[in-house]
Amino acid sequence: MMASTYNAKDEDGHITVAGPGGGTLRSRKPENTAFKQQRLPAWQPILTAGTVLPAFFVIGLIFIPIGIGLYVTSNNIKEFEIDYTGVDMSSPCFNCSQNFSWNSTRPCTCSIPFYLDQPYESNVFMYYGLSNFYQNHRRYVKSRDDSQLNGDSEALTKPSKECEPYAFHDNKPIAPCGAIANSMFNDSLELFYNDPNGTKVQIHLMKTGIAWWTDKHVKFRNPGGNNPNLTVAFQGTTKPVNWRKPVYELDSDQENDGFINEDFIVWMRTAALPTFRKLYRIIQKKKDMVLTLPRGNYTLEVVYNYPVRSFEGRKRMILSTISWMGGKNPFLGIAYITVGSVCFFLGVVLLIIHHKYGNRNNSADISN
Amino acid sequence: PHPTPPRKGGKRYCFWLVDSRTIYVGHRPCPASEPFIPPKFCDNRIVSSKYTVWNFLPKNLFEQFRRIANFYFLIIFLVQVIVDTPTSPVTSGLPLFFVITVTAIKQGYEDWLRHKADNEVNKYPVTVLEDGRRIRKESEKIKVGDVVQVEEDETFPCDLILLQSSRDDDTCFVTTASLDGESNHKTHYTVPDTEKDLESLNATIECEQPQPDLYKFVGRMHIYKNNQEPAVRSLGPENLLLKGATLKNTQKICGVAVYTGMETKMALNYQGKSQKRSVVEKSINAFLLVYLCILVSKALVCTTLKYVWQSKPGQDEPWYNEKTQREKDTNLYLKMFTDFLSFMVLFNFIIPVSMYVTVEMQKFLGSFFITWDKDFFDPEIKEGALVNTSDLNEELGQVEYVFTDKTGTLTQNNMEFIECCIDGFQYKYRDASSELDGFCVTDGPVSKLQQKAGREKEELFLRALCLCHTVQVKESTEQGQDQVDGLTDQGFIASSPDEIALVKGAMRYGFTFLGLESKTMKILNRNNDVEKYELLHVLNFDPVRRRMSVIVRSTSGDTLLFCKGADSSIFPRVRQEEVERIRMHVERNATEGYRTLCVAYKHLSAVEYAQADAGLREARLALQDREEKLMAVYNQVETGMSLIGATAVEDRLQEEAAETMEALQGAGIKVWVLTGDKMETAKSTCYACRLFQRNTELLELTVRTLEDGGRRREERLHELLLEYHKKAVQDAPPVKAGVTRSWSSANQDYGFIVDGATLSMVLNSSSDSNSSRYKNLFLQICQNCTAVLCCRMAPLQKAQIVKMVKNSKGNPITLSIGDGANDVSMILEAHVGIGIKGKEGRQAVRNSDYAIPKLKHLKKLLLAHGHLYYVRIAHLVQYFFYKVGTTPLYDAAYLTMYNICFTSMPILAYSLLEQHICIEVLLDNATLYREIAKNAMLRWGPFLYWTILGVFHGLLFFFGVRYLFSNPALQDNGQVFQIFNLALDTRHWTWINHFVIWGSLAFYVFFSFFWGGIIWPFLRQQRLYFVFANMLSSVSAWLVIILLILLSLLPEILLVVFRKPRGPHSRQVQLTCTHYSHTVDYGVCSTNIRSQLFL
Repeated sequence: MMASTYNAKDEDGHITVAGPGGGTLRSRKPENTAFKQQRLPAWQPILTAGTVLPAFFVIGLIFIPIGIGLYVTSNNIKEFEIDYTGVDMSSPCFNCSQNFSWNSTRPCTCSIPFYLDQPYESNVFMYYGLSNFYQNHRRYVKSRDDSQLNGDSEALTKPSKECEPYAFHDNKPIAPCGAIANSMFNDSLELFYNDPNGTKVQIHLMKTGIAWWTDKHVKFRNPGGNNPNLTVAFQGTTKPVNWRKPVYELDSDQENDGFINEDFIVWMRTAALPTFRKLYRIIQKKKDMVLTLPRGNYTLEVVYNYPVRSFEGRKRMILSTISWMGGKNPFLGIAYITVGSVCFFLGVVLLIIHHKYGNRNNSADISN
Repeated sequence: PHPTPPRKGGKRYCFWLVDSRTIYVGHRPCPASEPFIPPKFCDNRIVSSKYTVWNFLPKNLFEQFRRIANFYFLIIFLVQVIVDTPTSPVTSGLPLFFVITVTAIKQGYEDWLRHKADNEVNKYPVTVLEDGRRIRKESEKIKVGDVVQVEEDETFPCDLILLQSSRDDDTCFVTTASLDGESNHKTHYTVPDTEKDLESLNATIECEQPQPDLYKFVGRMHIYKNNQEPAVRSLGPENLLLKGATLKNTQKICGVAVYTGMETKMALNYQGKSQKRSVVEKSINAFLLVYLCILVSKALVCTTLKYVWQSKPGQDEPWYNEKTQREKDTNLYLKMFTDFLSFMVLFNFIIPVSMYVTVEMQKFLGSFFITWDKDFFDPEIKEGALVNTSDLNEELGQVEYVFTDKTGTLTQNNMEFIECCIDGFQYKYRDASSELDGFCVTDGPVSKLQQKAGREKEELFLRALCLCHTVQVKESTEQGQDQVDGLTDQGFIASSPDEIALVKGAMRYGFTFLGLESKTMKILNRNNDVEKYELLHVLNFDPVRRRMSVIVRSTSGDTLLFCKGADSSIFPRVRQEEVERIRMHVERNATEGYRTLCVAYKHLSAVEYAQADAGLREARLALQDREEKLMAVYNQVETGMSLIGATAVEDRLQEEAAETMEALQGAGIKVWVLTGDKMETAKSTCYACRLFQRNTELLELTVRTLEDGGRRREERLHELLLEYHKKAVQDAPPVKAGVTRSWSSANQDYGFIVDGATLSMVLNSSSDSNSSRYKNLFLQICQNCTAVLCCRMAPLQKAQIVKMVKNSKGNPITLSIGDGANDVSMILEAHVGIGIKGKEGRQAVRNSDYAIPKLKHLKKLLLAHGHLYYVRIAHLVQYFFYKVGTTPLYDAAYLTMYNICFTSMPILAYSLLEQHICIEVLLDNATLYREIAKNAMLRWGPFLYWTILGVFHGLLFFFGVRYLFSNPALQDNGQVFQIFNLALDTRHWTWINHFVIWGSLAFYVFFSFFWGGIIWPFLRQQRLYFVFANMLSSVSAWLVIILLILLSLLPEILLVVFRKPRGPHSRQVQLTCTHYSHTVDYGVCSTNIRSQLFL
């Protein structure tokens, strides 16, 4: 455009004036730096047969043992799963699932016997699993108020809009608000060991230590600061519609009550898939005993509060040990073994090809 | 309301009235009976700026949103704001805001510069004579008709008619360096017979309406003296001082403004420069369109699926996830529509807004490497390369046709007198040692034939050289001022360097031109006597006649006409028996690459002179068709001359011109030479530049070959075209892919020569059906020749040729390179215009996209910089299309940061610094350039490849994480991998790459901790709190990461390895097929689930 012509013209004028004077003409010689001349020291990785072949073999050699290790470890993990939804007529929980009503005051209980054919050593983790439950639904995931859960007193009485339609009930703010909290899993599961001698021993289930430390101590906080009286702190709010108890009565233990109840915290971490499991309890290995859960008959006592039949969901209880690599996951080991073998195989194929055409490329490598 | 028509041309006058303007000098009404109506003309304000403070915002926004991409993102943003969508409006609003702001700032700054430049020009103080007083005014206040005074070294504030000069001979000197690039001093003349006293001057000027041609001006001046018949003086370009030109060597002048402001020739000339768009950008747009279609169909499919899924019982609204009242109330169809929009927004990241920013930044920053390159620095002019348009960097790697000017580009335009031929005898000038001898004093002109012409002839020839030119001797007073001007040399100023060479050549032989003083030319002859000649007429040089003449009267009273010009224009005008002796020399000189001129003279008898004089004067006064009339008179006068000799002037080749041309041809680029020079000279230059080789078969299509058969030209043209077509196109071995081209050059090479006259016949053939066929044949022949030489081209024809090739099949990328004002048209026409900072001024540089000091730099510019830029931008674009597999992550902040920082910075650094092949190798192996010809890396093939790769990686990471992890919390961190991936394939690791890539990774880790590790008071939702830290503490997470990286890289490695053994080009394939993988995304996992199910 025209401005550029003016600029250039000015430039001309500048030179004309400065030229004869000499010296005033500033040197425009570009600096001779490595960066400006695009000569930065550089390293060029080049894929040649010489580098790729060993790499393939090495990968193969590393992956296969890892895979085997993973597979063995995963196989050593013991896992037991039982579905207690009560879909079949024969299921002990069929009645509870059929007659479910939100308004019933008397809880429905059912007990499911099962047999563990392997003894469980070390700590055993007890999970509940739900299927066809879309915790990842967009509307659902958003439906919470983290400030409220962090103990913010203002958010307590004025829940976020995202919580709709679970923000207010009877003109009172709901605490904790939102669909996630409202739909909190509230079956209670208890485990009994049927001793061969006929006695029924209740197994002690740890209900703390199941949530992330950061969640329990930082992200979730009760309102009212250090006020031990939660009833006062939650005054003016109402319980979520589908809950039976208000939030401050979730547990008798002060450290596990209100928003920092660990069952609640675990539930609030939404799952990404419609079939998921969540940690429910930990069965700690007792010092004096070799086995946490010996082989034998057990009974699962369920207080059936949580309806899933309406959306064709399923409920499960899972017992599992863990290892250094986490829960049972044979797939990872298999994947490692497969990839390792493929790499090894490719290495062999390439070696053959390279051998056949080898000499052609010898001169082809250009190094920088 | 106009003065009475003058004596002649009454009829034409009527026509003349229609588009002419009348100017009253000094706003004084003329005494004639007509009433004085002050005409309205525009003021002298130059407005090049686009915006004002007030309209900047709306206008700029409007212009920006006219760009499709911006508009699209605006729509998406608005949808996000209005409709309840899965991603927050910030995610698309922020990048858009960023882009818009950056562009607005850039454009605002540019406009501010324009304002500044405008102001500087508009507020410049000028002196205006009003009623005998001198008044200082701002330049913008000048009105048409004002009498303006300009002093030495000032630029003219508007187009002026020169009325008065402080020089005695009523002339003034002007340089138009900033207008048309000619830095020589041009002489302009005052209107004859204007009175010294401007106050009493009473005159009107009639002239044509403003038009952009700098060299054309027709007008006349009516001077009214007390009650006399008004005197009429014709006005031509030699009376017109153009705005922008600078007054030189003259103390002051006065002139009357005829054109002001936007109507000045300068302003009219700079309006047409359009913006060039790169081909890469076009392909980006095409790809984007495909993605847009994918996007829409994807959104449609997803919406359908959503409603199918919802129709299952219990899925639409389970008890745990009830809808709000508002959602329930919404109309179903409206809801479907908003769902569709939401999906659009969700998948919107297919079309990456950041790509535009990154591409722009890459181009802008990348262009610095050109300016920084020290190889482009020329110590002579103390300047390096200049980048005017950074948009076209990558086009430099795509050039298929190079159109080069000859003079000043291929050759140095540094003329040296080599030899002359007088009366058929050769006089070769030998070095300085023989200079003292002079050639006549000692009878010592050294000729091969050891013979010499008669002394009389010699002297006549030398006098002719001394007289027949428009050279001026520089005056001592202006010492130092002209050192900058390229053409001043040892005290001579001339419009063409040949003339100086000739005058200096004559000086060596003892005849020195002393100068021109009030129409008298003085020559110092061999006997140290001063000879004086009265200069009667100069019959100017023009490219059509290709000759110039002077008519002088010697002291003895003889009237002589000296004429010099191209052989083809002189030979028909002299006595034929003289021609043969000289023709031999001329042709030999021409094949050696010298510029030859023939010199002829003629005695004019008193009668002849009177006739010529009258004819010339009459023609000069003509208002209409002045040129044609002058031409007719010139042609009439310049006949029946006798030939006295010929000169040979060497135009040296530019440094490394031949090597450069060879490299370009090796790179598969076709080089066309477009020159105004004559065929023989141009041909010899081509041979010297190795554009034509010894074994090249030349196909000539010139006036000479056309006239051979004695038939009609059209028939002959047709015949020749068919013949050449058969030879070059049909019989040639079929040209296969790009690679085989290099081998086909081993066969017969063809060179094609065409001249301007024939070209215009081809292009403007009478019947329409023929013309398109001719054009096609012509084009096909041209495309099958290794080199094409177009000689005797007018500037406009150069542009025509470029346009023809540009629009031919396949739309090849063209590059024009030139240094002079006559190359501007072709520089503007071509895809890439390159100006050489040569001697012919700066016009070409100013209109070019890139300017380099020397021709030899073209090699590096194309082969190294162009190649690298193309590869870089191609990878950049591919990378973004690869990223298509990407979709939004959990969190708005991640999403925004993801696009801007995590993935853009590494690729930006990569795209600035990548050198898949080092510069030296590129320069040595021109053939590497062929590998990327024809936009090889941005065609549908690679596009598909990258998209599939992206999809593959997306799927891999989605399903990989899905199946390998049992813990859902660990699903959302695949991003770490991507950076390793980029690392694998960057071929050129500099510390900056290291820094940026690892930095980006580190930043990602840091950001994740930061974002997830603190309770942000302003956020209501913190879903990612500590997820990242928890994930990294898990061993299996690492194992999965490693496995997935390996898996995603495997196919590419295999591809590279398997491709290698094939074909003879293994090395190049290996080098050029750089498969970097880039970024793998973790968003993919969460996305697909979320997009299908979350809504």
